[in-house]
Amino acid sequence: TKITLPMAFNPQLEQMFDMEAESDEQKEITQRPKGDNKIQYLLTCIGFAVGLGNVWRFPYLCQTYGGGAFLIPYVIALVFEGLPLLHMELAIGQRLRMGSVGVWSSISPYQGGVGVASMLVSFLVGLFYNMILAWILWYFFHSFQSPLPWRDCPINISVNYFWYRETLNITPNTETSGSLQWWLVLCLASAWCIVYICFIRGIETVGKAIYATATFPYLVLTIFLITALTLPGASDGLIYLFTPNVKTLKNPKVWLDAATQIFFSLSLAFGGLIAFSSYNPQKNNCERDALIVGCVNSFTSIYASIPIFAILGFKANENNNNCQNWNILTLTNAFNIGVGNITLENYGEWLNYLNKTDPSEVESLNLKACNLQTFLEEVASGTGLAFILFTEAVIEMPASQVWAVLFFVTLFCLGLSSMFGNLEGVLTPLLDLHIVPPWIPKEAFTGLICLISFAVALIFTLGSGNYWLEIFNSYVGSVPLLIIAFFEIIAVAYVYGINRFNDDIEWMTGRRPNIYWQATWRFISPFMLLVVFVAYVVIEAEKQPTYNAWNPDYVSSLPLADVLHYPEWVFAICVLLSILPVVAIPLVAFYKFMCLLKNYTMNRHNQNPYANEYCHGEL
Amino acid sequence: MIAYADFKIESLAYFSKKMPNHVRWVLQQIKSRIERLNALFRPVMHYNCSAHHEGTNMTEEASNISSDTAAYPWSKNEMFLFRAALAFAMRDYTNGEEFGVSDIHPCDETKRVSFWFVVTRPNTTDLVDKGTVEMAIKKSRNRINGAFLLTDQTLEFDGIYPTLAAPVSPDTPPWLIVFGVVMGAVSVGIIALLAYPLVQRKLKKNKDADDEDSDEETGVKTAEIGANDGIYNSTFSDDERFTQM
Repeated sequence: TKITLPMAFNPQLEQMFDMEAESDEQKEITQRPKGDNKIQYLLTCIGFAVGLGNVWRFPYLCQTYGGGAFLIPYVIALVFEGLPLLHMELAIGQRLRMGSVGVWSSISPYQGGVGVASMLVSFLVGLFYNMILAWILWYFFHSFQSPLPWRDCPINISVNYFWYRETLNITPNTETSGSLQWWLVLCLASAWCIVYICFIRGIETVGKAIYATATFPYLVLTIFLITALTLPGASDGLIYLFTPNVKTLKNPKVWLDAATQIFFSLSLAFGGLIAFSSYNPQKNNCERDALIVGCVNSFTSIYASIPIFAILGFKANENNNNCQNWNILTLTNAFNIGVGNITLENYGEWLNYLNKTDPSEVESLNLKACNLQTFLEEVASGTGLAFILFTEAVIEMPASQVWAVLFFVTLFCLGLSSMFGNLEGVLTPLLDLHIVPPWIPKEAFTGLICLISFAVALIFTLGSGNYWLEIFNSYVGSVPLLIIAFFEIIAVAYVYGINRFNDDIEWMTGRRPNIYWQATWRFISPFMLLVVFVAYVVIEAEKQPTYNAWNPDYVSSLPLADVLHYPEWVFAICVLLSILPVVAIPLVAFYKFMCLLKNYTMNRHNQNPYANEYCHGEL
Repeated sequence: MIAYADFKIESLAYFSKKMPNHVRWVLQQIKSRIERLNALFRPVMHYNCSAHHEGTNMTEEASNISSDTAAYPWSKNEMFLFRAALAFAMRDYTNGEEFGVSDIHPCDETKRVSFWFVVTRPNTTDLVDKGTVEMAIKKSRNRINGAFLLTDQTLEFDGIYPTLAAPVSPDTPPWLIVFGVVMGAVSVGIIALLAYPLVQRKLKKNKDADDEDSDEETGVKTAEIGANDGIYNSTFSDDERFTQM
């Protein structure tokens, strides 16, 4: 069965990108000898797969859910949701050769909202994603000092201090907004300018640079891995990473975050993948691409987590030792025992002995309970995890400045390419929807988008900005992705028709998709997505969500996170953020339905076939 | 903010990385002794303190601590050094009042190498108040540390927090310099990229205009050559003599 849909390039997309450069690229791909092309293509896939989601977001989620416990739902989500969806998006983009809005509108006019929803998600994610790039720039600018500023902060846990006080100047809670931190505004402005200049320059110029930008992160991560493994206490961190805690699996939020981490990391449901694959030659083997990209991505996430957790173990051990030494010192001072008599080993015996002889005195000392597990969970967490732990690793290495600069440049490049995809994910649908008058040049419109995004993202530069970023991260980067993915898979499997889709893939790759793909596309993926979503809404809606706040007045041995509840108005914003992107889906469907009714009633009364259509026919 | 820093500095003192050499002097009782003195008007009290403890087993026991725990080797000589160092600190602070070793009176020494001490004015039995002694110690802290080859982390005066050195802050923070360089490059790049196509278009337009001018000149010449020969029949002539490309 042949396809009856238009097979030509989407004309709007042709306007978007430089025609000459694109056709040159196509010619290059067909004329170049196969070997060279394959390696570059493979590296492009890998470069696309690896981003900040692997290095920044995955370890942070992993640590929030207690290490090993997160890996199980992550792997399951990869196999049953990530890979099928990835393959599907690549295939459908390659076949229909249109941007996300075009693709979904072609499948069914009522599905056009999915494309709009993807655009909104791309926009909202792009806002906070660039803030992370701004943080990276801040650290990069500070890496040119000797000694590194986060080494000599006048406080024991200086890397934490540098993150929370020097970088963020964080307020104790979300309600206290603080003021705009001018240094962060500068960094954010730089980040947007760099994104803008790279965007108008175009991705064609990347070319050979892909050899460096795709392999460099692995090199840097390996160096950090070796360093981290040589630190004392690293093994505790690794055990923490790989030990599953089965109780956490009952929490539906874990499953939600695992699935959406895969989507976030692979840029699924953002619309960018569909646009990207629409430039592939028709006969490209998208199944192989999907498997490579998906597996490399997950492998990289876990590979990046290993040094992070090793350093976490090191820090936790250090803090644990300090905590125990403090106890020993307090006892020594209070009872005037000789120095060195109480050691880490015989601390327990001494404590018992002193408790028997003078319990009231011992109690008045307020000795701390030093538990390694608590330290592993508390010593660093949240959005600053990667920053805190990598800077900690850097100060342990010789020639720290070099490694710091190298690391932050790598991180910045990783984030930049993803940011690029985000911006395209916003721009392409806007152009497809003809919202932009054609007399505005592309550069000006892109500049306008960057400016608007910068203005809205200023919220993240406030004193409470980090809390807002976590809100955006948790509520935009989770539920909307799930819903969009669900509608996508339903659209392809049932509206477009799985048989037609199988035929397409057979035509493109020469092989019919096997039972794994069939089962996941038809039943398993939509079912899992639905179950996770329903479970999450039902269970989480009852609880008031909490967050970790940094409160310097919170008295304890370590500035542990203060667990607070979101105030009502903040919670309302969270819900709004989750709903806003997906509301486009029913809205567009409704709009189309009204158009249909209008046309139908008009045609009944007025038989003139040349009468104007009042509805925006082309979506 | 200050409260936070203070709290952490205290714990810094406790979190000494090289703990074995920890020696501790304590100063609190001075205040209560002064109060008692004033109440009872018994200036001799402090002598009781030093007379009571002078030459007791305390110091000798203290010297036994050294053993294999690498603790600070304490002895009577070290105590003498301390008293001398403190006398120096008092002299330095009060600008010349001749404090001597005999004006520093330690007491309540413990095995822990920790003790109280009081300071009297030279040649009298008047106690120097706690505040003055604290200020003197703060001023000469480095010298006292140096006398024992210890640091702020390993030598602690209870209640006197180490004054941290002000961090070296250059006039222009170095990060702003890097920021300036990067942003400068980016701005130049943006302006160049935006201006380049416009400039190119302008050049192209000028080039086109030049070509048109030369064509019109030749056109006029041809017309002049054929204009005076006969009547020009304009029925089949186009308005535009030259085909538009």
